[in-house]
Amino acid sequence: MKTKLTALAVTTALVAPAAMAQEMTIVSWGGAYSKSQLRAYHEPYTAKTGVSIINDDSSAEAVAKLRAMDEAGNVTWDVVDVVAADAIRLCDEGLAMEIDADTMLAAAPDGTSASEDFGDLLVSDCFIPQIVYSTTFGYRTDLVGDTAPTEICAVFDTDAYPGKRSLEKRPINNMEWALLCDGVAKSDVYDVLATPEGQDQALAKLDTIKDDVIWWSAGADTPQLLADGEVIMGSTYNGRLFSVIEEQKQPVAMLWDAQVFDLDGWIIPAGLSDERKAQALDYIMFATDTQRLADQAKYISYGPARKSSAPLVGKHADMGIDMAPHMPTDPENAKNTFLYNYEFWADYRDDIDAKFQAWLAK
Amino acid sequence: MASLTPISRKPLSFVLPTTAAFGALLGLFVGTANGSALLGVLIGAAIVAAMGAVFILVLKNEQMAKWISIVGVAALGFFFAGLPGAIIGALSGWFFYWITYWLYEGRYRAKLLPYLTGRQVLWHYTFRTICGAIFVFLITPILVVMPLSFNAEDFFTFTPEMLRFDPEGYSLKHYRDFFTNNEWQRSFKNSLIIAPIATVISVSLGTLAAIGLSQSHVPGRRAIMAILISPMIVPLIISATGMFFFYSDIGNWLEGTLGLPKTFVGYVKVVLAHAVLGIPFVIITVTATLVGFDHSLTRAAANMGANPVTTFFRVQMPLILPGVISGGLFAFITSFDEVVVVLFVGSASQKTLPWQMFTGLREQISPTILAVATILVGISILLLATVEILRRRSERLRGMSPT
Repeated sequence: MKTKLTALAVTTALVAPAAMAQEMTIVSWGGAYSKSQLRAYHEPYTAKTGVSIINDDSSAEAVAKLRAMDEAGNVTWDVVDVVAADAIRLCDEGLAMEIDADTMLAAAPDGTSASEDFGDLLVSDCFIPQIVYSTTFGYRTDLVGDTAPTEICAVFDTDAYPGKRSLEKRPINNMEWALLCDGVAKSDVYDVLATPEGQDQALAKLDTIKDDVIWWSAGADTPQLLADGEVIMGSTYNGRLFSVIEEQKQPVAMLWDAQVFDLDGWIIPAGLSDERKAQALDYIMFATDTQRLADQAKYISYGPARKSSAPLVGKHADMGIDMAPHMPTDPENAKNTFLYNYEFWADYRDDIDAKFQAWLAK
Repeated sequence: MASLTPISRKPLSFVLPTTAAFGALLGLFVGTANGSALLGVLIGAAIVAAMGAVFILVLKNEQMAKWISIVGVAALGFFFAGLPGAIIGALSGWFFYWITYWLYEGRYRAKLLPYLTGRQVLWHYTFRTICGAIFVFLITPILVVMPLSFNAEDFFTFTPEMLRFDPEGYSLKHYRDFFTNNEWQRSFKNSLIIAPIATVISVSLGTLAAIGLSQSHVPGRRAIMAILISPMIVPLIISATGMFFFYSDIGNWLEGTLGLPKTFVGYVKVVLAHAVLGIPFVIITVTATLVGFDHSLTRAAANMGANPVTTFFRVQMPLILPGVISGGLFAFITSFDEVVVVLFVGSASQKTLPWQMFTGLREQISPTILAVATILVGISILLLATVEILRRRSERLRGMSPT
C-alpha cells in the first residue's frame, strides 16, 4: 500500500509540471533576426501570458526536419519561421496547417480585415507573412575606386570594379540578375529564363565573372567577407548589410538596384494536439498584429508585411536612427525592384538547380 | 649531452645552398603576400645566401653576425608588415644566423653517434622536421583562434589595430557575451547536465560489458564486441538518423503512456543517445587494461569467500581503474563535443554547447564562438593535466616509475 502511494505521489509530481508547463518552441533563423523577434514578440508575449518561449535556430533546415518529425510522429515545434517558398512547399505536402486569415489573425486597428491588410502577400493558405526583405548587394566603399557602383550590372563589370564578389550558391536571384545585365528587359526575364536557351544565356553571363566569385551559403558569409575585405561587393539580405553598416560601422554601403523582394513569415506545423494548436494560434494572433509587426522594425531593417504597420515604423530602439529609409519598402529604395516569382521557381527550381550545380562544378 | 663526435667546418658549397633554401621558404610567404611568389623565393634565397657568405668570409665574428642578422631581418620585416613583421623578422634573423653557423661549424653532428653515415644524419633531422611540422599543423589552428577571440569587432578578422598591438583593438566583450547571453548560458548548462550523466552510464555499462566479454566462456563474444563498438565505426549521420526515429518512439511512449514531462523526456533521449556513443571508448580502454589483469586474483578472492560483487569492487576495479578513467574521459569528451546526434535527437530545450556553436557559425559568424572555444580548450587542458598528475601520483605511490 505504502509503495503504491509513493508511486502515485511520484507520478503526480512528475505529471503536475507537465500540465503547468506553459512552454512553446518557436523556430527561427538565429542571429540579429531572432533577437528582433525576441524583443518585439516573445518578451511582450511572455509578459502578457506567462508562457515561456524557447527559440530554436533551425529555420534553415525547417522543411527537412518537419518531414522527419512528421514521419516519426513527434513534432516538437509549435510555430516555425520560414521563407514564403518553403511555406508553399510545406503547405503542398500537408505539413503546415491552413490558416484562415480573417478569423485567425488580428484585424487592423481601423477595422480592415487581416486578409485585406496583408493583401497579395498571403501567397499560400498556410503562410502568415511577417516581413518583407530583399536580397541586395553591399560594397566596400574603400575598395571600389572613385565611382561607387549605382546599378546592379556593376557586379558583372570586372573592368570597372576588379576584385572578388560573393554570390549565393544557388541559381535563384543570380540567374535573374545575369539576364538583366545581359540586356533582357525586366518584364521578360522569367519568360526567357523558362527556356533552355535563356538558362544557358544566364549561365554564360555568370561565366564571365565565375573566376571572381566567392559562393556563399549562409547569410552571415557576405558580411564577414566584406568586413575582411576579401570581396569588394557581395549579395546578402538587406538586414545583414544594415547591421554591418550601422551597427558594426564597417566601410560598406548598400546598392539599392534590382534587389529581389521576398517574404518571410510563420507557419504552424500540421498535426499538433488541440491544446498546442490553440496556444500557437494565440501566439500568432498576438505576434502578427499591426503594432507588433511595426515594433520588429525597431530592431532590424526589414519591412512589416501589413500595410497598416508601415506608418508606425519609427526609430531604431538602441541607435535612435530613423528606420524608414533603411526599409526595402521605402519608396527611395524601391525604385527599381524585382519581385521573387514563386510560381516560376516552384515549377523550374529542380531543373535549373541541376543545371546550375553542373555549371558550378565545371 | 656531451659532444659525441669531433666536429669540423663544412665547405661553403654545402652551407650556402641549404641556408638559401630556408631563405627561399620565408621569401615564398612574404612574396605571396606581396604579389609575386617567384620573386619572393629568389630574393629570399639570395639575401640569406649573401648574408651567410658575408658572415663566414668577411665578418668572422659569430656574436656580431648574430646581432646583424636579427636586426637586419627585423628591419626588413618592419618594412613589409610593421611591428608584427619586425617580430617575425627578428625571429627569422636569429634562425638564419643559427642555421648558418650550425651547418658551417658542423655542429649538427656533435650530438650524434660518430659512425652514422651522411644519409642517416639527414634522415635523423628530416624525421624531426616532419614531427615538428605535424605538431605545428595540429596546434596552429587552435592558437590562431585565441587572439581572435579578443577581437574588439564582431568579425573573424585580424583588424589593423590588432596587428599594431593597439589595446583599442582588443576587448573582452565576446567573453562577456558568453557569460551574460541566455542562449549561451543555457546551452552550457545543458552540456554540463548531459555529458556527466551520459559518461556515468557509458562507464558503468561499458566496464561491465568489457569484463563480460573478456571471459573466455561467453558465446559469440567477437560478434557482440563488434556490435557494441559499431557506433564508433558507423558514420555518425547514419546512427543519428536511426536514433532519431528510435528515440522518437521511446519519447512518445514515455510522454504518452507514462505522462512524463516533455523536457525531462528530451534529456533522457539525448543522455541515452550520448551514452551509446561513449560506450565503445570505455569498452576498448577497459578491455586493453584487462589484458594485463591476472584472473587468478579473482579466483583467489572467491577462494577466500568473497562474492563476485565484492571481488569486483575490492580486487578487480582498483586494478583496472586507469582504463576506466581514461575511457570515461573519452566518453565525456564525446558527449561534450557531439553535435550531429543532438541535432537530430534533441529539441531546442536540450540545446548543447556544440549545437549553439554550430548555429552560431552558420547564422552569425560571431567571435563569441571563439571565446567559447578558447575557454573549452583551457578546460580540456586542465582536465587532461589533472588526470595525468593523478595518474603519476598513483604510480609513484605504488612504487612504479612514471612512464
